[in-house]
Amino acid sequence: MERRSLAVVTAGLSQPSSTRLLADRLTDATERFLRERAIQPVVTVLELRDHAQDLTNNLLAGFPSPRLHDSVGTLVAADGLIAVSPIFNASYSGLFKLFFDLLERDGLASKPVLLAATGGTARHSLALEHALRPLFAYLNAATVPTAVFAASEDWGQRAADGADDLVGRIERAGRELASSIAASSRGAPSDPFTDPIPFDRLLGGNVRSETMK
Amino acid sequence: MQFGVFSVSDVTPHPMTGQAPTEHQRIEAMVTIALKAEEVGLDVFASGEHHNPPFVASSPTTMLGYIAARTTRLILSTATTLITTNDPVKIAEDYAMLQHLAGGRVDLMMGRGNQGPVYPWFGQDIRNGIALAVENYALLRRLWREDVVDWQGRFRTPLTAFTSTPRPLDGIPPFVWHGSIRSPEIAEQAAYYGDGFFHNNIFWPSEHVRRMVALYRQRFEHYGHGRADQAIVGLGGQVFMRPNSQDAIREFRPYFDEAPVYGGGPSLEDYMEQTPLTVGSPQQVIDRTLSFREIVGDYQRQLFLVDHAGLPLGSVLEQMDMLGELVVPVLRREFEILRPEGVPQAPTHASLTAAGHAREIDAEASQETALAGAV
Repeated sequence: MERRSLAVVTAGLSQPSSTRLLADRLTDATERFLRERAIQPVVTVLELRDHAQDLTNNLLAGFPSPRLHDSVGTLVAADGLIAVSPIFNASYSGLFKLFFDLLERDGLASKPVLLAATGGTARHSLALEHALRPLFAYLNAATVPTAVFAASEDWGQRAADGADDLVGRIERAGRELASSIAASSRGAPSDPFTDPIPFDRLLGGNVRSETMK
Repeated sequence: MQFGVFSVSDVTPHPMTGQAPTEHQRIEAMVTIALKAEEVGLDVFASGEHHNPPFVASSPTTMLGYIAARTTRLILSTATTLITTNDPVKIAEDYAMLQHLAGGRVDLMMGRGNQGPVYPWFGQDIRNGIALAVENYALLRRLWREDVVDWQGRFRTPLTAFTSTPRPLDGIPPFVWHGSIRSPEIAEQAAYYGDGFFHNNIFWPSEHVRRMVALYRQRFEHYGHGRADQAIVGLGGQVFMRPNSQDAIREFRPYFDEAPVYGGGPSLEDYMEQTPLTVGSPQQVIDRTLSFREIVGDYQRQLFLVDHAGLPLGSVLEQMDMLGELVVPVLRREFEILRPEGVPQAPTHASLTAAGHAREIDAEASQETALAGAV
């Protein structure tokens, strides 16, 4: 069976966390649809709460702790990503942003990504479209069409036809992500340390523009 | 192996008193530190170059020229010279002049600079950082190696029939190191020319340093300058010592906690574990420094940062006494024992001049052989 890695980033803060709960349901659905396609998922869950101190330290010191460095490596190397944040004040949480700020410009290039968020009421649901999706568009991620928002009330509701309630949205998003992962090629990102730009090309003015951070 | 100190020239308030030295005091302290370097038997003093507060070192050749006049043995270097925003013509002229005044005791380390606004202040665009470093250095090399230069590039007014004066001392340009923390292009540049590569090795985990140096070494060999282990590597490092390591930690902690570059981030203990910062006894500094060769291989130059974080001059001079008496003599001996056959020392004006003469003699000899063959 072919293996594909799936990274799950969850920025929930409380214990237990509805953000983690949503992440787990999305992971289950994605795993199921991958197996249907004869793909064995290898899942790594990154709880950002565990990295909160390290993320602040990275901001101030300019380099990540070994543990944080490893987590970013897991994320960059993954074949697919599920990213789930609570919505605070109309956007993703600061903790969530701190983590994705660690990525280089092309860190998520062409990576299939499923976006999801939690919040108190459905009034926050469009934050997925006006906050999370632009961030991942900037990182050149291949976000799947369905982004899943779970308000508190969603955990206690089923629609009569089942299609567009939380369970239905999770199913749809999981299927889209699995399909996107199955269709994507597994090219590792090019590593400038193993494959440097030869100097005569640098001299010829063929210099990649530096990212401004 | 060369040992020395490098200064970023920051004016940082003392963490307990809040008092900062004046710029004048800081400049005089840097000179005192440089003179102390020679006095305690170190080989190199390198000055940073910055063009914004709280740094004072905007004019390195002025300071290094003054230090040259007051020393006899010390190599004067930079850490770094801004190859991006300085005019390469002015670098060629200034450092050739310094080379003459210092009797050849000069080398340079090229860097791009990390202060964003400096680029626009000097009429450049930070997005061209790598391209500027590549083009400006290519011109600088020609200005030192060709008496008359015709040149045209992207970033500077063209030159027609230009001669940079004074010509390098004895016709030997200063040795150049290229410093970069994270840009593989600069390791590639250093390797292409067979120049030295320096990693500041201060704010970064060792894995990062290892990758940069490994790339430089591999490409140095690729470009035919010698074996990978013969490439010329320099490292930074920062230390604070007391005879008893607990005293060193206790005394340095407030500087660490309050320093603008460290404060509020990882604890001193985490920082020491994750970066080369060593706060402890001279023996701990010896052990840590020797461990660098396990990361980057046998290397040629070790520079220590000792005058940072608002440390008073008196403490800095005490650090240098310990370096000179207790640390560097041991490191010289140990590195020498460990250094494999065929791994060179850092080039100096004397060694480059001798190598230049050797090449001329070889050229004459092969010319004579060719003539003899013709007859």
